[in-house]
Amino acid sequence: MEKFIWAFIIGGLICVIGQLLLDGLKLTPAHTTCTLVVVGAILGGLGLYDPLVKFAGAGASVPISSFGNSLVKGALKEFEASGPIGVFTGIFQITSAGISSAIIFGFLGALIFKPKG
Amino acid sequence: MLKGHQTWVFESKPTIIASAAVGGPYEAKGNLAADFDLLHGDIRLGQDSYEKAEQKLQEQACETAIKKAKMKKEDVQFLFSGDLINQIVPSSFSARTLSVPYLGLYGACSTSMEGLSLASLLIDSKFAQNALVCASSHNAASEKQYRYPTEYGSQKPPTAQWTVTGAGAALVAAQGEGPRVTASTIGRVIDMGLTDPFNMGAAMAPAAVDTIEAHFRDLERDPSYYDLIATGDLGRVGHRIAGDLLKKHGLNLPEEIFTDCGVLIYKEDQSVVLAGGSGCGCCAVTTFGHFLNRMRKGELRKILVIATGALLSPMSYQQKESIPCIAHAVSIEI
Amino acid sequence: MSSKKKKKLSPTQQEYQKFAQEREPKRPILLNCVKAFFVGGLICTFGQALQMFFVQYFHFSQEGAANPAVAILIMITVLLTGFGVFDHIAQFAGAGTVIPITGFANTIASAAIEHQTEGYVLGVGGNMFKLAGPVIVYGIFSAFVVSIVVVTLRALGVM
Repeated sequence: MEKFIWAFIIGGLICVIGQLLLDGLKLTPAHTTCTLVVVGAILGGLGLYDPLVKFAGAGASVPISSFGNSLVKGALKEFEASGPIGVFTGIFQITSAGISSAIIFGFLGALIFKPKG
Repeated sequence: MLKGHQTWVFESKPTIIASAAVGGPYEAKGNLAADFDLLHGDIRLGQDSYEKAEQKLQEQACETAIKKAKMKKEDVQFLFSGDLINQIVPSSFSARTLSVPYLGLYGACSTSMEGLSLASLLIDSKFAQNALVCASSHNAASEKQYRYPTEYGSQKPPTAQWTVTGAGAALVAAQGEGPRVTASTIGRVIDMGLTDPFNMGAAMAPAAVDTIEAHFRDLERDPSYYDLIATGDLGRVGHRIAGDLLKKHGLNLPEEIFTDCGVLIYKEDQSVVLAGGSGCGCCAVTTFGHFLNRMRKGELRKILVIATGALLSPMSYQQKESIPCIAHAVSIEI
Repeated sequence: MSSKKKKKLSPTQQEYQKFAQEREPKRPILLNCVKAFFVGGLICTFGQALQMFFVQYFHFSQEGAANPAVAILIMITVLLTGFGVFDHIAQFAGAGTVIPITGFANTIASAAIEHQTEGYVLGVGGNMFKLAGPVIVYGIFSAFVVSIVVVTLRALGVM
């Protein structure tokens, strides 16, 4: 039960940060999501994002910032295993489910749906 | 003949012998639905793409206007038309169907009055007996090109406007019955350094003000000369800014006669339209449908329509350019 | 950045921009934040429920369960986008739908669906990443830079 409450609160707060970037700084959604991804990558590198995921569960793993964290984690893990080239080969390892599903379902969507305008 | 710095006075007063307005689903639910000749429930008009649908809107508006004048396509001598889509494809492809000698225009949302000015000039200078003017816009096609895919989930701010899905056409002739085009003030490009494509109203208001001032200065007229002064698509935000700016410059337009097509066309409860309607189609359908109908019924005798356009492109915005705007004013009297 | 832009404007332009700003409806920032908080929180809670479901019934690890949960969220987003519903939810929720993975899925789905009319190769294939591209590019590039920095700092004994 507690897990749900923290998922709700942390997830909601990360979205509020996004909303402040959108309305306060008048950034476009693309600029806002890029900012959060980069912040996620930096926090991931500093080892600060994983504890947040342990604490808030989906509240930290569903927002786009976790994409940045997963990319860094994948790169560093592969670096440990196979040296510098690992930074290139490992980057997509953890995030591949998200990207593949988006492409696959997106394409299926284009086959099935017509835009409603 | 030329009067003042940038105004044409049409001595022969070319007549708008017929006009037509075609619209889409949101326009059908709007305030001016009764003044449309044709309204569509399907935003795609049964076509394969939005762009083809916009072409169909133009064809229908032109063909309806020609039919109402009891003429045939072959009798029309020249066509001035334009829209917002890249390379004005809907206009060109519609011109292919109509087979009329064609002059394509791009004035963004000011195209309708740009076209009406040029058609009247052609007839007044005796280079044509008649000319057809058409301008259109399509909500989905414009969103796809200028902003985001139509199903994209972005939150639009309250200053954003809703592109009208519609086409308006007017057949102007040297002889005939109907409202007459008496003068036209050609605007210059005004850029106040605004950069937000979700706030076109504020960007276009200075251009409208500049052209309105030029019109009254060139013709040495007073705003009270007109029963109605309407801007094309400033929307609620831009219209208010324009009114206040004119007052600041000492030109008082009485609130009862100063209005805006983008504000008139939709109802208050159509929340998606936010600050109001926009697009070439907005001024075209409102003027060639609603305003001309009111004139024919005798409710209005002299009107001034100032169509406003924002001359940006998606690339100019990405290259951090500001938004230059233009406005053309046409006076129509019966 | 904005003061650099303002310096390039003439006094008339600056004066007009101030004049216009005073007459513009302000964005309801507080209300938008509240809406974003609730919708974003709900989406994450639903994601949490999915994760726990996969851990309980399909024996995924805590970390591994995030993968199918994200895939399900993406699938639902594509369906809502296709049915023409997602953009209305997003107008209400703002960042609440943009920030979770639903935002990413919607950029890909909406662009793919929109550009069908240009064919499946150049239209759908070529435009799919129109809006998602920046996130992928900046995610990868920043991860690359961060990794290099971390690895260097570790080698120097700082981290």
